[in-house]
Amino acid sequence: MRVELRGITKRFPGVVANEDVNLVVEPGQVHALLGENGAGKSTLMNVLFGLYRQTEGEVLLDGVPASFSSPADAIDAGIGMVHQHFMLVPVFTVAENVMLGVEPTSAPGVLDRDAARRRVLELSARHGLDVDPDAMVEDLPVGVQQRVEILKALYREADCLILDEPTAVLTPSEIDDMLEIIRRLADEGRSVIFISHKLREVRAIADTITILRRGRVVGTTTPDESDEQELATAMVGRDVQLVVDRSAASPTDVVLRVSDLRVRDERDQLAVADVSFDVRAGEIVAIAGVQGNGQSELVSAIVGLRRPTAGRVELDGTDVTGANPARMVELGVAHVPEDRQRDGLISSFPVSDNLVLNLTGRSPYSRGIRMDRRAIRENAERLVQDFDIRTSSIDAAVGTLSGGNQQKVIVGREMSHTERLLVLSQPTRGLDVGSIQYIHHRIVQARDQGLAVLLNSSELDEVLALADRVIVMYRGGVIGEVSGEEATRDSVGMLMAGARA
Amino acid sequence: MTSVTTAPAPAPRDDVVEDTGARRHALTVAGLCFLAGVAAIVLFGLTATSDQVSTLLMNPRGVDTIPDVELPTQIAAFVLGFGAIALGVRALQVVDPKITVFFGGALGLFALALVIWAARDGTGAFYGLIAGSVQRATPIALGAIAGLLCERTGVINIAIEGMMLAAAFGAAITASATGSLWIGLLCGVLTGALFGAIHAVISIRYEVDQIVGGTFINIFALGLTSYLTVRVLVEYSDLNQPGTFRPFEIPLLVDIPFLGPLLFSQNVFGFVMFGLVAFLAWALFNTRWGLRVRSVGEHPRAADTVGISVRFIRYRNVILGGMVAGIGGAWFTLGSAGRFDQNMTNGKGFIALAAMIFGRWHPVGALIAALIFGFSEQLNDYLALLDTPIPSEFLLMAPYVVTIVVVAGLVGRPRVPAANGQVYRSGG
Repeated sequence: MRVELRGITKRFPGVVANEDVNLVVEPGQVHALLGENGAGKSTLMNVLFGLYRQTEGEVLLDGVPASFSSPADAIDAGIGMVHQHFMLVPVFTVAENVMLGVEPTSAPGVLDRDAARRRVLELSARHGLDVDPDAMVEDLPVGVQQRVEILKALYREADCLILDEPTAVLTPSEIDDMLEIIRRLADEGRSVIFISHKLREVRAIADTITILRRGRVVGTTTPDESDEQELATAMVGRDVQLVVDRSAASPTDVVLRVSDLRVRDERDQLAVADVSFDVRAGEIVAIAGVQGNGQSELVSAIVGLRRPTAGRVELDGTDVTGANPARMVELGVAHVPEDRQRDGLISSFPVSDNLVLNLTGRSPYSRGIRMDRRAIRENAERLVQDFDIRTSSIDAAVGTLSGGNQQKVIVGREMSHTERLLVLSQPTRGLDVGSIQYIHHRIVQARDQGLAVLLNSSELDEVLALADRVIVMYRGGVIGEVSGEEATRDSVGMLMAGARA
Repeated sequence: MTSVTTAPAPAPRDDVVEDTGARRHALTVAGLCFLAGVAAIVLFGLTATSDQVSTLLMNPRGVDTIPDVELPTQIAAFVLGFGAIALGVRALQVVDPKITVFFGGALGLFALALVIWAARDGTGAFYGLIAGSVQRATPIALGAIAGLLCERTGVINIAIEGMMLAAAFGAAITASATGSLWIGLLCGVLTGALFGAIHAVISIRYEVDQIVGGTFINIFALGLTSYLTVRVLVEYSDLNQPGTFRPFEIPLLVDIPFLGPLLFSQNVFGFVMFGLVAFLAWALFNTRWGLRVRSVGEHPRAADTVGISVRFIRYRNVILGGMVAGIGGAWFTLGSAGRFDQNMTNGKGFIALAAMIFGRWHPVGALIAALIFGFSEQLNDYLALLDTPIPSEFLLMAPYVVTIVVVAGLVGRPRVPAANGQVYRSGG
């Protein structure tokens, strides 16, 4: 199906998410939509999928204008979408999820499970998806869940497939499989729209690349006519440096020592099994791994948010196992949590208060029961300057800032008080390239000032760019350790997928 | 491409070390089973003498299909007590999350020992106890079904109490005014539907917190019916004489010993309740309606993106739930008392909610829970007749203690519909 977007503009109150976007996707083609977070890619696709209604412009399918008031209309017209956050019911089987909304029936209203199951098996075999129709979705790894999403679209006989950041949750080897599946789907004559901000993948899979910046199309090219540097520049709007500039580490004494740590998750399952490692002053140790292999629980246990069931955490030789977060802050440990909105900030509080959120109990910010407003303001002014936080004022609610600037507030606060250990979880998730660059630079700086840095990141590029040592976690255990020089996409990627080196 | 099975398995990380969680659970279950067994032996076995005999009546009045049972009290208590202990031992061998039912079994044995012990040197109306339990379970089960119809779509409904009370009132006055019990029942259902619609509009259209909206309905229904009772029914007492539905029998099936009269000789409410439980237990999992209802309760956005209208499904089910609550409400006036009294539901709507949770949002589970609650209420009457030294308040309290222990300690976190209580807004 030939999909054409002509002059699409989508305005939300006070914001223009898309402005005069033109896009043509030919059948049999993979068309990549490249742009930073917030560039308007998802909004544009939600317009095409009927979730949003465009303010201006029209959608043409095979040359015929189409108007969708709901996803049901788009599905009927042959458009299928694989959402970035999976739209699967966890307690349903694969077959139930796939048939939901277009259920085959044996008698009026009675589900024909056998028909659905047969159809899933047949589609799964034909497209090499290898999915068991009777498996519970919640029991499946994310890579398989994603293939269930694709099955959903195929089951509805989609001619145009929209894939929104499909590789964000996959291991490197799963990504290769996924790209192969996508290529096959296009070769069968479908049009595929591939949304991503990852340059390497876009170049590997796309026939045509359209770059979106601040809601507008800023360029259309092909992988042959462009290199990664050019794409990055077009995407960000200025020259960017893709490599982090750093010298070799010179680690000194051990700051953090974790031994035989066991941690259970909130469902009481063992999430971290007998993990041991050290972090020395002056080095960056990265924990790599596919999300959900125990990294979050490990970090929570180290910073005192979760009590380990066994093992020890030592800071400068002192046992701090199970110490509460306030105590850890006192001891010079800083933590940048992975979900900044939930754990790192109070979004209705002003920037100035958020910059001292976990420091209010100490001098100079408080005296007795009274908070010292002046000290808090001075601190805020200094950090806003130092960390280049773009805000209208230090009194603005932190929730009004962009994601990148919110993250700078957290990083600024944590770096302002840390003396020994800096723990960062997904420090650049969802940020624009400019902010990522800046935060990476500050992390390396912190290392060079003699801090021990523990970085938990599921972005392989980030791990490779920053780490002096890489610890790879798989199913709750450490499956391997690679030095920064030896770490490559392949060596770490294999370990992330569970293959021992 | 060759194979795509290289993905790591999900997170069955307990294969790394032994599963201490399941072990702990087994120990808890076993401990509780031992406790129930020892209690039965000490409280009922050791306090009875070896020559005492308990007689249990096994038939309804005027029927004589099976012989009544005579048991030596002490031996029966010992056997049942050791049975409970044996279940505990078995629980330790089987280590599996499902062993929670063993504790249920042990409690059942304990209750049976109590029933036999209370009838020592006397005659216990065993059939009456069970039949009364089913009677009392009927409105609770109907209320629980009303609740799960709503909550399976993600709308919390704590207004069952108010819906039942209003329906009881509406049913009583229409039946009295028209002289037809069936019109009364219909009016009860419509009253329930109206209150269901109010709850739906408040919580879906206006996105008011569902607990607050439900509380409003409860207070409103209580105030309105009490006011009308005092101002209208006291003066025009003709409007409060609806009468009750007579039980009817299903031929042949009613001749089955014990179970026949128990299940197949009831008034319309009993049949509707059992019918609804059976139908919903099937329909929730085997029809298009059921699949969509559950998807909306678990992941409304997923349902929306495949073209299902979340609002429509929610409106429909909340109103349907109101109608079922209406049937449950009509039970009080048309199925039981034959008149309306102020606040006559007296908390049954909340007990129905407990039954829904205890039954884990499954119709059959809700029925079982309702039967347990009904049994413990009826046990009070049974024991009062036999003149036992146990304070009745304690027995009335017992089922809730059991519920708290079971829900909090054993079942762990029950599987709530994931989107329960969440407002859903589709994209702009």
